[in-house]
Amino acid sequence: MSVIDRDATAEPALPADDGRSEAYRAFLRAVRVRRWMIWVSQALLLVLFLVLWEIAPRAHWVNPMLTSYPSAIVSAFDRLVLSAGNEGNIFHHTWVTLVEAVVGFVVSMILGLAVAVALWWSTFLYKVIDPFLVVANALPKIALVPIFYIWLGDTTSIYAMAIAIAVFITILMIFNGFQEIDPNKVKLVRTFGATRAQILAKVVLPGSVPTMIAAMKINVGLALVGVIVGEFQSSKAGLGYLIVYGSQIYKMDLVMTSVSILAVMSTVMYLAIAAFERRIQRRRQ
Amino acid sequence: MTAKVELRDISLRYFTTESDTEALRSVSLNVGAGEFIAIVGQSGCGKSTLLSLVAGILKPTGGAVLVDGRPVTGPMRACGYMLQQDYLFEWRTVLENVLIGPEIQGLDMKAARERGVQLLRRYGLGEFIDYYPHQLSGGMRQRAALARTLCTEPDILLLDEPFSALDFQTRLALADEVSEILRRENKTVILVTHDISEAVSMADRVIVMSRRPGRIKAEHLITFAGAGGTRPKPFKARHEPEFGRYFDTIWGELEIHVGH
Ligand SMILES: Nc1ncnc2c1ncn2[C@@H]1O[C@H](COP(=O)(O)OP(=O)(O)OP(=O)(O)O)[C@@H](O)[C@H]1O
Ligand SMILES: [Mg+2]
Repeated sequence: MSVIDRDATAEPALPADDGRSEAYRAFLRAVRVRRWMIWVSQALLLVLFLVLWEIAPRAHWVNPMLTSYPSAIVSAFDRLVLSAGNEGNIFHHTWVTLVEAVVGFVVSMILGLAVAVALWWSTFLYKVIDPFLVVANALPKIALVPIFYIWLGDTTSIYAMAIAIAVFITILMIFNGFQEIDPNKVKLVRTFGATRAQILAKVVLPGSVPTMIAAMKINVGLALVGVIVGEFQSSKAGLGYLIVYGSQIYKMDLVMTSVSILAVMSTVMYLAIAAFERRIQRRRQ
Repeated sequence: MTAKVELRDISLRYFTTESDTEALRSVSLNVGAGEFIAIVGQSGCGKSTLLSLVAGILKPTGGAVLVDGRPVTGPMRACGYMLQQDYLFEWRTVLENVLIGPEIQGLDMKAARERGVQLLRRYGLGEFIDYYPHQLSGGMRQRAALARTLCTEPDILLLDEPFSALDFQTRLALADEVSEILRRENKTVILVTHDISEAVSMADRVIVMSRRPGRIKAEHLITFAGAGGTRPKPFKARHEPEFGRYFDTIWGELEIHVGH
């Protein structure tokens, strides 16, 4: 994923061939061929993986009960789309998980940003809160799952889990970004008589946009982890629920289908943020 | 001549948990309206501190700073401060950077925009107003920073080694341009520099500061007889016969010892 992404940002659209020297054209051709080779190799690797996964259980190199196989996933998916089994509709489960993850992500970002701003505003507050924040961040939040379940019930506890996992690292990352702003940039606006609110609006926030995007990229994954873990404990719907349910009745095709959908979901969410990042970068050029 | 800027027996100490640094000790200085003075002194002698006091972003521990006869209590529109580097914001275009001062001070943005465009045109950046800072050369960036400083129309310019980040040739050319611009508009200027030649070639008066704690050690009125009463441009001033004499005197006063 990150490899594709880095490639796309590091090598912007290549210029047209016309009017360039022969050597330069050869160079551009080589770059293009190389990029194409990378894509093909990635596609081949994926196909190879799927083929092996299909063949290995069928040839009984591995136990099909344990691994399922791609064609079984496709038929499980079909069944789930038609709501033919008693597991419910796959779109419903996907939607439930997606909404939980997006809400968890958005709330963690807003909350994290708000707390980071408060800590920036009051150094005293920061000094007081800092050790607690570090401990909260280091604590394995998964340990809180049963507590949240008892306190908050089966739906709210899932959101709480997503937020608990994502929010502390967001606060720390964004606040760190604030602190790395060149103090001379702050001094510059102070010479114009900027108030603290103006320093925040004109220097600190716009200067931290790259950090915020980095925090978003990490957050997307973490919010999804929180949601799935929360669903494991308590839910009646969602992909996490399907995974637990499928494993309890030994239907690995159900489990693998849910995991595949999760993979697609996290990829799409990550790509959305990467696209957002590119839009912002383009504005700055 | 009434003083535009007056420092009355200023002292300043920086307190940190590790140390108590006396940066300035009883500094008194008058700068007349339209005067161009330069302050030279070794690194750490309190030159930037002195400018920050005049700009109102630091409060003196003792004494008073007056601008136009009134005590300075905070940053004022009358003062424009140009820092050691340009510190252009990479997320703003050149013009947007120039407009940051008027934005913060809540000035009429339409008039400010016109002023900004005009300033940038005058400094040869007319085609670059919508570019981002990373697309400019060092000299262009420094000119954009000058336009940013002037866009709030200050009467007093505080320049903290504004050319130190530039290569030698750009530095000389820009010194000519900037002193021309500031003299034409009759600004009061306090220029801080390490560079004795820069100070002597640009200023009407050079103030020499001692090592920390910074005090005023000597003052020199800079005049060039050969130019027939008018002030030669900095580049030409470097070839006047008096130049070497001023340079040598100030060099001696700075007590620069190599390999101490
Ligand atoms: N915020 C601060 N806290 C503590 N000490 C400081 C602070 N700022 C400056 N100082 C000290 O005060 C003294 C004067 O600093 P200042 O920046 O004014 O020197 P300067 O003459 O501008 O030096 P340079 O030529 O290197 O820019 C230095 O010794 C410096 O270490
Ligand atoms: Mg300095």
